[in-house]
Amino acid sequence: MKLHLPRILTRYANPFTMADDGIMGMNTRNISYIGRYNKRHLFPLVDNKLLTKRIAVAHHVATTKLIGTVQNQHDVQNVLDIIGDYHEFCIKPAQGSGGKGILVIKDRNAQNGHFIKSSGEEINNHDLRRHLTNILAGLFSLGGRQDFALIEELIHFDNVFSGFSYDGVPDTRVIVFQGFPIMCMMRLSTSASDGKANLHQGAVGVGICVRTGRAVRAVQFNEPIEFHPDTDRRLSELTVPHWRQVLELAASCYEMSGLGYIGTDIVLDRDKGPMLLELNARPGLAIQICNNAGLLPRLKLIEALTKRQRLTVPERVEFSMEHFGVWMKGAEA
Amino acid sequence: MVSRGVFYFVTAILFVAGLLMMVYQHVTYEVPWLPGQARDLWNIEAKIEFEPAGNAPVDVRFALPAVQPGLVQVKQTTSSLGYGVDYVNRNGSNYVEWTKRDVSGPQVLYYRADFLIDNEASQSSMKVPPLRESVEPEPYGTAIREIADTAMAHSADPFSFASQVIRELQKPSESNSLLLNQYSRSSLVVRILQSAKIHAREIGVVQLENYRRHRPLQSRVAVFSGNKYQIFDPATGMSGLRSGKAREVIWTDNGNPLLNITGAQAAKTRSGQSARVTFTMMHHRISSIRAGMLKAGVDKASGAEFIPLSISSLPIDEQAIFKMFLLLPVGILIVVFLRIIVGVKTSGTFMPVLIAMSFLQTDLVVGLIGFVAIIGIGLVIRSWLSHLNLLLIARISAVIIVVISILGTVSVLSYKFGLTVGLKVTFFPMIILSWTIERMSIVWEEEGYHEVLKQGAGSIFVAVCGYLAMNSLTVQHLTSNFLGLQLVILSLILVMGNYTGFRLTELKRFKPLAFQIRKYPNGDQKEEEHSRLKRERDELKGDPHNVYRKWKQQAQQSLKDLGEETGEDGAPGESNGSKDHKSGSSK
Repeated sequence: MKLHLPRILTRYANPFTMADDGIMGMNTRNISYIGRYNKRHLFPLVDNKLLTKRIAVAHHVATTKLIGTVQNQHDVQNVLDIIGDYHEFCIKPAQGSGGKGILVIKDRNAQNGHFIKSSGEEINNHDLRRHLTNILAGLFSLGGRQDFALIEELIHFDNVFSGFSYDGVPDTRVIVFQGFPIMCMMRLSTSASDGKANLHQGAVGVGICVRTGRAVRAVQFNEPIEFHPDTDRRLSELTVPHWRQVLELAASCYEMSGLGYIGTDIVLDRDKGPMLLELNARPGLAIQICNNAGLLPRLKLIEALTKRQRLTVPERVEFSMEHFGVWMKGAEA
Repeated sequence: MVSRGVFYFVTAILFVAGLLMMVYQHVTYEVPWLPGQARDLWNIEAKIEFEPAGNAPVDVRFALPAVQPGLVQVKQTTSSLGYGVDYVNRNGSNYVEWTKRDVSGPQVLYYRADFLIDNEASQSSMKVPPLRESVEPEPYGTAIREIADTAMAHSADPFSFASQVIRELQKPSESNSLLLNQYSRSSLVVRILQSAKIHAREIGVVQLENYRRHRPLQSRVAVFSGNKYQIFDPATGMSGLRSGKAREVIWTDNGNPLLNITGAQAAKTRSGQSARVTFTMMHHRISSIRAGMLKAGVDKASGAEFIPLSISSLPIDEQAIFKMFLLLPVGILIVVFLRIIVGVKTSGTFMPVLIAMSFLQTDLVVGLIGFVAIIGIGLVIRSWLSHLNLLLIARISAVIIVVISILGTVSVLSYKFGLTVGLKVTFFPMIILSWTIERMSIVWEEEGYHEVLKQGAGSIFVAVCGYLAMNSLTVQHLTSNFLGLQLVILSLILVMGNYTGFRLTELKRFKPLAFQIRKYPNGDQKEEEHSRLKRERDELKGDPHNVYRKWKQQAQQSLKDLGEETGEDGAPGESNGSKDHKSGSSK
């Protein structure tokens, strides 16, 4: 027993060192940030993608254009009217989780009117309707609640990310606290994660420097890695273009949603630039592992900034870039 | 948001109030902190028989038992048909007085007293008797003096003197038999002691022996030395009241008569004897909680007000239900602890507690096997149901019926095979099980079976912990007897709800981060980020106004610079320090 005890202890970190480094735990996040800065009645705004989209439009926050919604079985029959002339679109559940139930149609067969999925497979009207019925029945939503479907314009992903992801195109997660971008990351799916962007299933997490939009480091299964396991691309070459725009878009989600502590997921459209994909009122903590930095020192600096509300969005972004960038600015100070 | 100070104040009040309630109950009702302590209770019934001569008003006065150390009288009742009953105090002694105008024929009166053995009872109604100057007629006086002188030579204090006297009287001698013919043995001992200027008195005791019937009052001698006294058996010389199985209760301790009947001078029993008092006694082991209630009842009768802070004032049926309810917070406390402090993942917040409650009915092993079997079969059937694309309500309802069928099948099969333990699976909460199956199958689909196993194992772990806690006799005793404990648990849960520290599982989860954050600096940073940000924060706090202005102006300046170099990609700060800062990531 005596021999084993130290070995068990080495598997656990010293909580005081962790606190010293400003690593944030679940309890602190829940009590001191989500509980304190996120008002309960605002949660539906982010849990329901349709509501998110509505407020985004109202606040002129760039987001994918909504073609229409399917809210009941009656609408399912009329789905062709809703789609109209669109040849490429995306159907997703309003309260979906983990990217499930998302159907991407990239073209229509000119002869028989069949829809062509991103995989190249063709489906007919009947298949499309059945997918919508499944969404309405809550097959893809959290806890199986009844749901409705959103039909959106398709995003044309920026090519800069090609080769960084095994399947699909990654989005950028920016944690925004009180309107200040705090920490950023990208989750890259791998074959190990079965194409899912879930870190503990084996997706690669890449910490992104708030200052430059460049990769800080990449981790898979909590260990630093250099190359993408499937595509062998050097992960340190990953750079998010239009970085200031991305951050400004993320920062403006604070005014839009009223939530003090959110995770914003942003995609880059080839033509339209950064667009808000969805918001998360309970962003996870793995972002700290990807960035090799604790969230708490950054959050506390913002909390100490008592007059933070007076700053405009570009000023806040500039402030975050200045203070939360990865490398030292000692030379110019 | 309530300020921390108020919160901690309220929590502290809850905690202290709960503790005080528990202490109050412990003190007033003597509810022990630990279970399993039984107390001894003696019922003593005195039967008074007499037959008055002719029709005459009768006044029967029967001495009440003395107040004495080691015993507490918790109850007294009388049974006497047609008599008026009154409790009176005459000459410092308590009596029960029965009165009746018209009495004829043999009469039987009953007085019953319940005594609790209580080692903490120290009150005594015994008083030091005065010395009696009596001159014994000869030849008794000489014989008494002889015994006294012998005993005096062999003794050091009144107690040893008394035992010497008793020993002298046990010797077969002519003078002893002379004296014992004249006096009863106990009164003789008292006379000898009195002649030696030692305070002594004859007292009457009842020997406590279980199921003994019709025992007479027995004589003992109380010998005083100052305020202390000892009781001697004049026949054997045994000192002190006997403890153990044959305890003795002092009934008359002030030289007062046990029974006094007036108005029926020739009161005799039919057999020709004079009025007779006999004692019948019975021993009970009662729970210390009931004993405490009885004792508190005595104090209450003497004027003290108590609030019954226990569910034992409820009817038995309701008590049983309530005891289960009162156990639940203990399980909840464990869930809160394991989830907030340890960070165990469970499927459904309080499902493990409810499962633990049903384990209480079924036994741990049977419960575990049953739980795993039902969830397993349920998951298989549920996976088939998910192919049907049912709506949620219909799906859940179907799962409930499936669970009922599984429970039914298990019960019937096990009964057929003669395993009655199988019948106990019906104690499982069906709705909770159905929701667990539903939730687990969703987790299975969304996050894979690893997560299901993790949550399932977590749930079972929490349920077993909850079961072990709730199954403990001590815990059951505490929750059902100390309502104040609920407040204490509430305050503990409130405090834990405020815990912002790391969970135990997070220490493991962030171990690589905690290791790497120190070992590999990001980029070419020379100062660790947390200390740089802390320095900046201190700077800001030191002079909030000016530092804020400085930083704001810095930001505005860079924005202006950025506006001037239009056409740039919008990545500022690239000009200074774009040296390969990413090298850190590939280290």
